[in-house]
Amino acid sequence: MPAPAVYLDHAATTPLDPKVLAAMQPYFAAEYGNPSSIHAMGQHAEAAVERARSEVAAVLRCPTQDVIFTSGGSESDNLALRGAAFASRELRGARRVLTTPVEHPAVLRTAEALARQHGFSLDLLPVDHFGQVDPDDLRRRLTPDTAVVSVIHANNEIGTVNPVTHLARLCAEQGIPFHTDAVQAAAHLDLQELTDAPALISIGGHKLYGPKGVGVLRCPSQIPLLPEITGGGQEHGLRAGTHNVPLIVGLAAALKLAAETRPVEHARHSGLRDRILSRVLAEVPQAVISGHPLQRLPNHASFCFHQLDGNALVAALDRSGYACSSGSACKTGDPTPSGVLLALGLPPAWALGSLRVTVGRSTLPQEVDGFLSVLPAVIQAVRSAGGN
Amino acid sequence: MPRVVAIAMSGGVDSSVAAALLTQSQDHVFGLMLRLWADPHQGPNRCCSPVDVERARQTAAQLGIPFYMIDAQQPFLQEVVEPFIRGYAQGVTPNPCMSCNRLIRWGFLLRHAQAMGATHLATGHYARTALRDGHWHLLRARHPDKDQSYVLSVLSQQHLSHALFPLGELTKNEVRQIARQRGLAAMDRLDSQDLCFLGGSDYRDFLASRVPEAYRPGPILNTHGETLGAHSGLVGFTVGQRKGIGLSASSPLYVIEKRVADNTLIVGPRTELARSTFSIGELGWVLDPPRPDASDLTVQVRYRSRELPATIQWLDSSRALVRASAPVAGVTPGQAAVFYRGEECLGGGIIL
Repeated sequence: MPAPAVYLDHAATTPLDPKVLAAMQPYFAAEYGNPSSIHAMGQHAEAAVERARSEVAAVLRCPTQDVIFTSGGSESDNLALRGAAFASRELRGARRVLTTPVEHPAVLRTAEALARQHGFSLDLLPVDHFGQVDPDDLRRRLTPDTAVVSVIHANNEIGTVNPVTHLARLCAEQGIPFHTDAVQAAAHLDLQELTDAPALISIGGHKLYGPKGVGVLRCPSQIPLLPEITGGGQEHGLRAGTHNVPLIVGLAAALKLAAETRPVEHARHSGLRDRILSRVLAEVPQAVISGHPLQRLPNHASFCFHQLDGNALVAALDRSGYACSSGSACKTGDPTPSGVLLALGLPPAWALGSLRVTVGRSTLPQEVDGFLSVLPAVIQAVRSAGGN
Repeated sequence: MPRVVAIAMSGGVDSSVAAALLTQSQDHVFGLMLRLWADPHQGPNRCCSPVDVERARQTAAQLGIPFYMIDAQQPFLQEVVEPFIRGYAQGVTPNPCMSCNRLIRWGFLLRHAQAMGATHLATGHYARTALRDGHWHLLRARHPDKDQSYVLSVLSQQHLSHALFPLGELTKNEVRQIARQRGLAAMDRLDSQDLCFLGGSDYRDFLASRVPEAYRPGPILNTHGETLGAHSGLVGFTVGQRKGIGLSASSPLYVIEKRVADNTLIVGPRTELARSTFSIGELGWVLDPPRPDASDLTVQVRYRSRELPATIQWLDSSRALVRASAPVAGVTPGQAAVFYRGEECLGGGIIL
């Protein structure tokens, strides 16, 4: 029976780096001050938050006042979309939200809510069969009525990387707020070029070996936002609530660490990823790569297998000692083909059989080889169990 | 070598306690739950409503075992629900639980369990197995009042070699007691009734929506051929049914026969309901078919009915004639006639 699982699901979450844990530790108990307090205890906590803000700003190469701490990637996405949409409507009467069908639900559901509950119209940019947006399509669709544009940086399900810097500049030329969900990208890609453009950028702590429950929204001064959580004046009045000091400290430490280790890890991850991509295509019948074969996250391999229940595959792989995920993953056993995969033009009979394998810092080559040695047989067993 | 056991969980008390008992052994245990098809107009399948899934998941967490949902909606629809509808449309009363056991639980689910590395599949059924002389035998539960071997009579040697029934020696009270002692999430849940895929609504409404053409009005006759009235559609009736026929008579009338050929409902007094001779088809045996001269057999014609001494006579390779020692009520085409020798369930066939 299964040995302890080999974790190949780093796009879902990552283990907390011990150095990050050490950086956070004092702020759970000993340094418990409220950063808004006047006394010295408060000042210690405030110093920690501002040190963290400087660290994040240094990694992103942006002014410190651009860095807004949130409760995570989803809140960052919500603040960016709602905040920019409401501000654009207030300032210039704009009412269109422009995004893509391959967004994370934190963006897509938010855009839908803006349309359904707040009178915005929702417009989806086309994507090609890799899930990429063509900048010309964006250029053609930008109008004075566009309130906010949101295009995912690197897709969580299929790993495809979008030309977001180019897209951000197109929007900036017309004075339209551009947002990108970089929650997956931040661990693996250098965001400095993107940050040079005025873009709203969402980052989450736990995808980059930091804690869960904390995130960043990079808000350039050129892009006006209205707050979503109102209350005390924290975060320049954009995000009320007492700072979660230990988590903020942890996120900054994690982001810094990610930047330091990126060159080495990028090369190592890419090697493991490419081994997975090529071996699976060679050894599993009726398999395709989902997403772009080259312009994808370095740690991200994803597939669709014809006539296979992706949930059952992930469950069977778990019993074999490998933790992966599927785009149709659904804990209630009622799988529906992922909207992302359907947007690529994959038929449901392929989209239901998706598998995502994402390696991480601790992944060893022999673990990948072990996984690749069991995968074809597990796929065959699950296929025949389903009667296919 | 420890066994690897997949336990089929439903969120109910029986499968929860079965899982709990398995975790006390050396076996490696994991939980599986089937997502079954439900009539979209009737809400979720009663066997896997969101509440049940949550309860099963909670139970697995309490027991410290992994838990996975397996989507069986399509195979369940094709292999259980559609044959059920077709059967009714053809005038018989199918037992969907038996086809579910044979094709879904011990087919689709067992195959998935094996694909996940399981050597055995356990369920919360009240029944026992025994390995004697190199063959698997299916036995009634230790306490006959809760015995479920009838619905398991469709299992073969291949199935039984992988089957575990942890509750076979226990009474329902003992099972409830264990659930309470362990504080299992399902401890206060009531036993399930009715057809799981109808979400508690009447199967006649379901059939009316699925096979409206089977709701053709026709005559009601007594067994002497006298017209007593009209029915609204044979699909709405089951052999042995008394309520809802819509006739007033001096003594209670029962559905004796549904004659699909001329869309006629035959009714009569209870005495005419009982039959001592009937034929069966779609024969299946746990091990070997009983010998025609066997004099130690009993037959059971409903899940909860009493067994009666009976003999079997082969009509051809796939059909047989059953002679019960006395007239037995509720002999219903589509239901199973299951043979026993003592406490051993031998298998049987579908009443023709």
